[in-house]
Amino acid sequence: MKLLRELLFPLVAVAAAFVVGGIVVLLIGDDPIYTYKLLIGSALSWPDGIGRTLFYATPLIFTGLAVAVAFRCGLLNIGAEGQLYVAAFATAWVSIKLGGTVVDVFGTPVNYSWASLPAVLLVPLAILTAIVVGGAWGAIAGYLKAYFGAHEVITTIMLNFIAVALVSYFTQYHYKVPGDPILQTAPIGAAAHIPRLSAFIPGLPESIPLNVAFILALLACALVYVFLWRTKWGYEIRATGANPTAAEYGGISIRKQIVLAMAVSGGLAGMVGVNEVLGYHHRYYDSFSENYGFTGIAVALLGRNHPVGIIFSALLFGMLQRGAIPVDAFTEHVSKDLVQVLQAIVILFVAAEAAFRGSFGRFGLLKRSKV
Amino acid sequence: MLELREITKRFGDVLANDRVSVVVEPGTIHAIVGENGAGKSTAMRIAYGFYTADGGEIVVDGEVRKIATPHDAIALGIGMVHQHFMLVDTMTVAENIVLGAEPGSAATLDLQKAAREIGALSDEFKLSVDPEAMVENLSVGQQQRVELLKALYRHARLLILDEPTAVLTPQEVEEFFIILRRMREQGKTVVIITHKLSEVLAISDEVTVMRDGRVVGRVKTSETNAAELARMMVGRDVLLRVEKPDARAGRTVLSVKRLTVVVRSGGERGLRDVSFDVRAGEIVGIAGVEGNGQTELVEALAGLVHASQTSGAIEFEGRDITRTDARTRHELGIAHIPEDRHRRGLLLDFDLSENSILGVHYREPAVSRSPMLDTAAIRVRALELIKDFDVRPANPDLPARALSGGNQQKLIIGREFGLPPKLLLVSQPTRGVDIGAIEFIHRKLVGLRDEGCAILLVSAELEEVTALSDRLLVIHHGRIVAEVDPKQTTNEEIGLLMTGGSKANVE
Repeated sequence: MKLLRELLFPLVAVAAAFVVGGIVVLLIGDDPIYTYKLLIGSALSWPDGIGRTLFYATPLIFTGLAVAVAFRCGLLNIGAEGQLYVAAFATAWVSIKLGGTVVDVFGTPVNYSWASLPAVLLVPLAILTAIVVGGAWGAIAGYLKAYFGAHEVITTIMLNFIAVALVSYFTQYHYKVPGDPILQTAPIGAAAHIPRLSAFIPGLPESIPLNVAFILALLACALVYVFLWRTKWGYEIRATGANPTAAEYGGISIRKQIVLAMAVSGGLAGMVGVNEVLGYHHRYYDSFSENYGFTGIAVALLGRNHPVGIIFSALLFGMLQRGAIPVDAFTEHVSKDLVQVLQAIVILFVAAEAAFRGSFGRFGLLKRSKV
Repeated sequence: MLELREITKRFGDVLANDRVSVVVEPGTIHAIVGENGAGKSTAMRIAYGFYTADGGEIVVDGEVRKIATPHDAIALGIGMVHQHFMLVDTMTVAENIVLGAEPGSAATLDLQKAAREIGALSDEFKLSVDPEAMVENLSVGQQQRVELLKALYRHARLLILDEPTAVLTPQEVEEFFIILRRMREQGKTVVIITHKLSEVLAISDEVTVMRDGRVVGRVKTSETNAAELARMMVGRDVLLRVEKPDARAGRTVLSVKRLTVVVRSGGERGLRDVSFDVRAGEIVGIAGVEGNGQTELVEALAGLVHASQTSGAIEFEGRDITRTDARTRHELGIAHIPEDRHRRGLLLDFDLSENSILGVHYREPAVSRSPMLDTAAIRVRALELIKDFDVRPANPDLPARALSGGNQQKLIIGREFGLPPKLLLVSQPTRGVDIGAIEFIHRKLVGLRDEGCAILLVSAELEEVTALSDRLLVIHHGRIVAEVDPKQTTNEEIGLLMTGGSKANVE
């Protein structure tokens, strides 16, 4: 019953978004049914549609979780974007420096590395790097909030700018293969590559970039659930988010929780780098993120800041992203921006529902405590 | 003047009002009493058009009326003052009062005219409110009078007051009652919602008693007494007096030495140079008008005030704990029942199980060595607590928000008793709590004392501190101004000390 209530509004929001989106399509002069058939059909076709939908959903699961953990501590982490950039760069850096000889864009074998670690060491190390660096970048905002009272929305936005500029600078001036016209680093060592799921799933072609990071994302959902609801640390984070003055009364250090929550949040955002660098481009590719950090806010919101909800909402957003391309190509007038319209409407409805619930909750409270 | 006939109102599964009938005679003060959740406020909100009834009718001046919104109610001369004031702090009294009924034409605002009218009204009822004053600079009592003026300005003939005295000091209550009587003399009708029996007896002409959404009695105040009203409210005999044997005080547990707390933005507020001891097996009460340093005192003792804001020393069982944090103090055996259970005491959106471990969530039995919460053990413990402290409904999976104030308080008390404490800091233990639960909480506190716990009790209810305390300290402007024996001292004497009168004046 409770679950049903929790599901109801997100579903209504999504349905409403499709209805409103359909009207928009109609006004533009195309057939909404045909458009949606294209959108959903292409996103769910096997293997290409599903494979890419899951691939697009992977970073969104990580950023959705990142936003949710911070949110459970009462923090709005707008900085997942910056956190995933620094983490992706760092994981690429480690995989280059410890990855041995590689073949550069011009087909020349080059060695930028200090050492050549085997995959069993290099992959875990690269993943750890992504988590730690993303976490550290998140913790900066947490620290500024906890000890100087700087609002995390402001600091994370500013840290995004810094992160993007910083990694661009390092890519451009220090880690680009000389002569490469694209703003990207040298390739990472082959030992750092994580396998594509095509290696395990029959029928899934190798061209689909869906990789082990997706499995890690599902694992992260389970871990976040256990962390938040089954450990004393999660209890303290949630207590801080639910009522900081009561948490303080319960002997919980609010400051520590804020730093911890932002660090965990940043670490989760950093895992996007694993999908991107170790699983897909095999190098740091500048401006690779398609606003994953920001879309993560919507994913978390729609998923009710719960790991299970986040899986579903990330899949939905992944589907929209996958289906956008054929909609763009095969309809007369509708562009792929339709997907953005749909996303925006979903967010609007979810946000409206939160507001509605808020006022409803207040009346409920009045009713119970003052009758 | 006003009559509710067979009013029925449901909220989901809850029958808040079940065929409620109330008759309010014109020119009287009518009290509606009942425990929290009895349906008093719901009935009156229906009369004010805030809710719509599912059944029944409202009769005003002998005619059946439809009151769908507060506008309808105001048009019929019904005004309501809510428990939580609805005032804009940064606006003047006059601006607040005209809000929603602005004088002048559509485009202009004739504030001067309004201020004159408000001044005249204030004089008529001797409210002494300055229309030009900023609301944020007014005392709570004055703000309440602004709310009254708001209703009078809209030509209310019937005023519904929801728990009007909850926020007032004893002195302010006295003044407030004088105002109500004056309003009655001027021909106004007053409905006062309350659960304080002494006030009902002091002010009302007639009483309607409600329980579980029904009207269970209607009596003339002159023909009833507190015991009878309490029995009707609760449905059984209630012990209104606290019965306790004399304290057998033991060794000193808490020793406060020249404790001073500076409140950053408080100016006069805070705590100044306070020294006292609390011994095992005794209840030391702190009597005082709210806002005279009680909050700062308790929070400083609980470790919730930053060390940089305090000076002086706090010793617990001979050990200096002045610079330790809240968690350390809790581990030493200092439990704390906070004055504001929503702000400090509970995680309202967490369930009862989760709330039952706040403060001990990081150690056994909530966790067993690993960082994992032992949910099974927590649940077992929560169920025990719920049973021992009669928390209702007895469901550990409900959010704390779903409980009534009294049950929330019992949950907190159970949690803190479970520490088990050597020193209990307890603030406003029965605020907003039903009579039945008050009796229960008082008995538990006395029981804990008799087990040898040292208790520091702060309460704004003078009757509560005097009844429970073995020794009573009076606080005024952040200083302890007197220590009295509660058995030897009258409430009037204590009241005088609380407002700054000296002990010499009393004796």
